[in-house]
Amino acid sequence: MNWGVMIPLIIFLAIVFVVGFWSSKTVYAKSDFMQEYFLGSRELGGLILAMTMIATYGSASSFVGGPGVAYTEGLGWVLLSMAQVATGYFVLLILGKKFAIMARRYNAVTLVDYMKVRYDNSKAVVILSAFSIIIFLFAAMTAQWVGGARLIEAITGLSYTTALFVFAAAVLVYVIIGGFRAIAVTDMIQGLIMFAGTLILLVATVIAGGGMQNIMTELAQENEMLLTPFGHDGSLTPLYVSSFWILVGVGVVGLPQIAVRAMSYKDSRSMHRALIVGTIVVAFMMFGMHLAGVLARPILPGIDEPDTVMPTLAMTVLPAWLAGIVLAAPMAAIMSTVDALLLMVSSAVVKDVYYNYVNPKATEKKIKQVSIGVTSVLGISVVFFALSPPDLLIWLNLFAFGGLESAFVWPLVLGLYWARGNKYGALASIILGVVSYIAISVFAPEPFGMHSVVLPVVLSLVGYVLASLLTSSKQSHTIETS
Amino acid sequence: MDWRFKVANREAWIGVALAAINFLWWYGFAYGLGSGPVSEYQFIFGMPAWFFYSCVVGSFLMIILVIIVVKFFLTEVPLDEEEDHS
Repeated sequence: MNWGVMIPLIIFLAIVFVVGFWSSKTVYAKSDFMQEYFLGSRELGGLILAMTMIATYGSASSFVGGPGVAYTEGLGWVLLSMAQVATGYFVLLILGKKFAIMARRYNAVTLVDYMKVRYDNSKAVVILSAFSIIIFLFAAMTAQWVGGARLIEAITGLSYTTALFVFAAAVLVYVIIGGFRAIAVTDMIQGLIMFAGTLILLVATVIAGGGMQNIMTELAQENEMLLTPFGHDGSLTPLYVSSFWILVGVGVVGLPQIAVRAMSYKDSRSMHRALIVGTIVVAFMMFGMHLAGVLARPILPGIDEPDTVMPTLAMTVLPAWLAGIVLAAPMAAIMSTVDALLLMVSSAVVKDVYYNYVNPKATEKKIKQVSIGVTSVLGISVVFFALSPPDLLIWLNLFAFGGLESAFVWPLVLGLYWARGNKYGALASIILGVVSYIAISVFAPEPFGMHSVVLPVVLSLVGYVLASLLTSSKQSHTIETS
Repeated sequence: MDWRFKVANREAWIGVALAAINFLWWYGFAYGLGSGPVSEYQFIFGMPAWFFYSCVVGSFLMIILVIIVVKFFLTEVPLDEEEDHS
């Protein structure tokens, strides 16, 4: 065990734990427990809003998987990753003030709450949305949890099971007792670590490789395709790379764990500041981490396992204590994703299912018990599943983000801006989106050389518009816009 | 129509416009400059020109555009209901 690397990591985990614990104190002083626990009472300022959006979005794939692929593919993969810059401004501008205003008017705590009021209390819309969120995000969370434990295992040499429990202990306590506020505050620390880690690693890698020019020359000598936008074997076509703008760029609007943050800010000024901070941080982080993956190639030739590129690079080009700080970055990325997913799934169970249909008359005290109870049970069952993840969960995780995007982008965005959109449109959109995404991914992946998510998003749009128009005569009610 | 929604609609269109500019800049420089043979690549700060303009300059461009949009085009509106209940 390398204590030089471990000490910064332990300090990081301890700080997150203490801050998360401390920020949970205010939770129980608020008058509306559910608003506070699941949404932080809509009090986020600009910096925290930006950081919690980026930290929730930036996950194991931005810090471990992505740089590994960039190592293999070359600069073309950095180009692809830059589609994510759009997430820094697009989500907040598109959902924007309209979403924040409507969510307040509807008194919505979750994304499904918003859909419920917008789509005439349609039970089908609520149940279908809540279950998509619960199933897909539970699977996504398990996969991230496995990633977090593997990372600790790789860095520390602890066994997988021990690593899993260390990781669980660090995350579960503050999520369970602190809810959204503790998550947002710890996301801020995790976001800063992610930013600092990227900066340190990028600079150190350029220096270790003998300067940018030198590294590029060596890359060109090995395989000049690494310097092109087309990938190491020329297989990254412009259409394929561009289609990632849907999956990891503009489509992120439809991810529930991101969208819910767009109704959590305090005022217009917070949102304005978050736009600037978010764009700067996400652009730098995606660029830096992926470029570091490419630049690692001449320094560490012949790595076969892409996921080990980033940890190996940090341990090679940096002194141990700095490597510890850099390796805290992917840990922070994973923690800040799983905490948000856990609370999101919990809110879907508690608010969208339990409070809506099982026990609408639940008292404040009962809600408190159920919220904390459900979050604990979900958290513990994720750990249990992560011990040996069932194939079904692994399979579902593959479809989680694309499936949720295909399902929710249009009911969310057109629900805000198109008054004629109705519950039939929303239902058609959710069903078509999820079913066609899974069908296309399984039976005919990457149709026409585009990522599998593109067609389902288009189908989901067509379904929303057609079903809304065809049923609009039956539907006299339109959203009140005055 | 609530005046705040006019503001919100306009700002959503600004978001679409930003993404369109972002995409065109990113695509144009990457494949415009990067499609020739590698032996003819120009290098800036050690990086291929297509990469430098598309990814590095492109990021700075978007950051500057977002700052301009926030400072000059976005309007501060109250998010809570003014008249009926607050």
